[in-house]
Amino acid sequence: MSVIELKNVTYKYSAGTPFEAVAVNNVSLTVEKGEFCGIIGHTGSGKSTLIQHLNGLVKPTFGEVYIDGENIWSKDVDIREVRFKAGLVFQYSEHQLFEETVYKDISYGPKNMGLSEEEIDTRVRAAAESMGISEELLERSPFDLSGGQKRRVALAGIIAMEPEILILDEPAAGLDPIGRESVLSRISEYHKKYGTTILLVSHSMEDIVRFAEKVLVMNKGEVFCHSPTDEVFARQDEIIKIGLDVPQITRVIMKLRQKGIDLGSDIYTVERAKERILEYMAKGRIC
Amino acid sequence: MLKDITIGQFFPGNSLIHRLDSRFKIIMDIAYVVMLFTASNYLGLIAVGLFMILLYIMSGVGLRLVLKSLRPIMPLIAITCILNLFFIRGSGEPLLNIGGVIMIYPEGITTSIFMAVRIMFLIIGMSLLTYTTSPIELTDAIERLLSPLKKLHFPVHELAMMMTIALRFIPTLIEETDKIMSAQKARGANLDTGGLIKKAKALIPVMIPLFVSAFKRANELALAMECRCYRGGEGRTRMKQLHSGLKDYIALAVMAVFFAELILLNIYIPYLGIPYMVP
Amino acid sequence: MGDIIKAENIIFEYPVLDEDGNEVSRTRVLDDVSLCVPEGQFLAVLGHNGSGKSTLAKHFNGILLPMSGSVTVDGMDTKDESRIYDIRQTVGMVFQNPDNQIVATIVEEDAAFALENLGVEPKEIRRRVDEALKTVDMYEYREHSPHQLSGGQKQRVAIAGIIAMRPRCIVMDEPTAMLDPKGRKEIMKTIKLLNREHGITVVLITHYMEEAAQADRVVVIDKGKILLDDVPKKIFSQVELLRSVGLDVPQTIELMYELKKSGLDVPDDLLYEEECAEYLFDMLTAGDKK
Repeated sequence: MSVIELKNVTYKYSAGTPFEAVAVNNVSLTVEKGEFCGIIGHTGSGKSTLIQHLNGLVKPTFGEVYIDGENIWSKDVDIREVRFKAGLVFQYSEHQLFEETVYKDISYGPKNMGLSEEEIDTRVRAAAESMGISEELLERSPFDLSGGQKRRVALAGIIAMEPEILILDEPAAGLDPIGRESVLSRISEYHKKYGTTILLVSHSMEDIVRFAEKVLVMNKGEVFCHSPTDEVFARQDEIIKIGLDVPQITRVIMKLRQKGIDLGSDIYTVERAKERILEYMAKGRIC
Repeated sequence: MLKDITIGQFFPGNSLIHRLDSRFKIIMDIAYVVMLFTASNYLGLIAVGLFMILLYIMSGVGLRLVLKSLRPIMPLIAITCILNLFFIRGSGEPLLNIGGVIMIYPEGITTSIFMAVRIMFLIIGMSLLTYTTSPIELTDAIERLLSPLKKLHFPVHELAMMMTIALRFIPTLIEETDKIMSAQKARGANLDTGGLIKKAKALIPVMIPLFVSAFKRANELALAMECRCYRGGEGRTRMKQLHSGLKDYIALAVMAVFFAELILLNIYIPYLGIPYMVP
Repeated sequence: MGDIIKAENIIFEYPVLDEDGNEVSRTRVLDDVSLCVPEGQFLAVLGHNGSGKSTLAKHFNGILLPMSGSVTVDGMDTKDESRIYDIRQTVGMVFQNPDNQIVATIVEEDAAFALENLGVEPKEIRRRVDEALKTVDMYEYREHSPHQLSGGQKQRVAIAGIIAMRPRCIVMDEPTAMLDPKGRKEIMKTIKLLNREHGITVVLITHYMEEAAQADRVVVIDKGKILLDDVPKKIFSQVELLRSVGLDVPQTIELMYELKKSGLDVPDDLLYEEECAEYLFDMLTAGDKK
């Protein structure tokens, strides 16, 4: 079942003025329930504008957005309800923290939903746990935490709303390797545990291929492709041509192919590269 | 919405108006305002208006922008018009009389049009200064015009530096406000509805992060300035010098002549306009 | 060539305060660090957040002073207040957030800021500003306002503002952390240009190993101490040690490490893509021949 459906969505900035610019151009797209989809594209490719359509922060100039089969801009839909259903975590999300304590900050979203005190308490604690925020941190001020911790608190603030779709814009940007790992692996665990649909925007192909089943590549406001990771990598030459990076290991394998040894076009992790090399060598011995 | 305001923006160009010394431009801008308030009749007002239009044509700043700059002050103009319309009592019969409370006189109509035009001319004319002068030149000019006050230990350089930094960070902070508002809306914040107190309360989640970030920026900027050897105004030089030349004095002379004419207009044709005005 | 920066046994601590502002204890951020940077070198300092790498960088131009030990810049002690502006002119510093280091509202005015502070003649400022903006390839944007620029462009403006002072060394504190891949490449290209073409010593503080891999020398810092100090190849071949201090290794190295673990006799220091591909090719074709 599709949980997100976009039909011919176009978004224009400053429509009707000389500064008019098309950010998203006639995008049609469906995302299945439970899918972990990576979104990649360079700055200005329209990916950030696209994801803001999914929770109604941006209204398409043309086209329709369906969440759970419901047109979110039809008159009888409360747009705030859509935001609780499609939780969006912005880039550098720690900038949204404002409460005195971590606990209060995480409970801001659930409170806006009008939930009961007990329900809020359960959700805050569950969200904190899935983001690896210990009990004792809950009473601390969010401003005293480390960068990685703050980021996870901000994430917990959205997760506590228990959205059906979790949209993350560069959740690991600016963090060091430890911070990155702690954020990304927790998102992956959360996905496995609750089966929430996840859209993960990232500049880093390495991060995306580790977790995503499907990849959505955006280019110049349009969908370049939206397919399973292997199929996307089969088009690696085109991906490089539109100015995106592929993982370093893929580049090494490509160089190897230029030299005359083809280990396959679906190599984007070290693990797979190693397997293929060992396979190749084993075959060589048999011959 | 916040991005649509053109007042205070700078449109680079190379016209004569752009090239005038910014100190002279400030002085002339002040003279223009005085002139506008000296013009007590329509003829004077029209003369000032023509003068202004001439300057705009010379500057090459598009008229569309001028009209755009008026949009945010429309409510102010409307209020002025309404006040004048209802509160000016004329000498003859009122045009409209509702129970002796609401009375509209012909004088009321003429005055309110006069006032509306005057406010518009004021904004349009003053905008020309910022449209044609870079913020840096402007702060520079203010710093230099005020420099005699340094002797009185008035922190002129510091004030100018503060203005520069404020101008530099306004777009950054506007963008940041937009982002934080979106982020809180994504958490179900209701920023648009409710009464005044409710609205103010709803803004806390926007204001606090904004302040936190502004202080962080201030801290980092101070550090970066120190690394670039900033130590106040003492011994500082400027890359761009302000040069006053013949053109500036000529411009000033033209302005003075025009001013004199306007005063003569006022003296000799005092009754072409309206002597009544709401203070 | 001589050392432009010489840090000897520096110790730095932050006080830990309780709620009333009284000092309870002290956190040692730098613990007896000694480091010399020879003139002309491109040095990368690698470490995770909180390792002390940024604190170390701030010692290099007298923003922070060591509690014990000493830092000398081109023979000047950073504790000597009378030389502080000479020190800051010799060692320029670029920070993480490009937005928060641009002072002026016009690109060229910002590039001129340091020179104006130093009281340089207007004509000379103009010349050096143009030169600096051309070096970082931002000359055509000289009349733009900073907020119209991309992150990478803003960061290059910030670099221009520093090199206009003609420093002999630039310390960059995670200059790419907030940039997209395109901006990151622009900055790395600029850094290499400054180092190779203009002979400026570069100290790059980073946690991106692919950036550190491009340096002449890498220093790994952890818990306020220097853990490793060597050429990139030798640094990255120590996969387990790097991982234990929260750092990544490039995928090329990781592949070799994994292959070695499965029993192959492969070198552990094939850091660069080309040499890695070449080695694999030789290895696999040799297998064919057998």
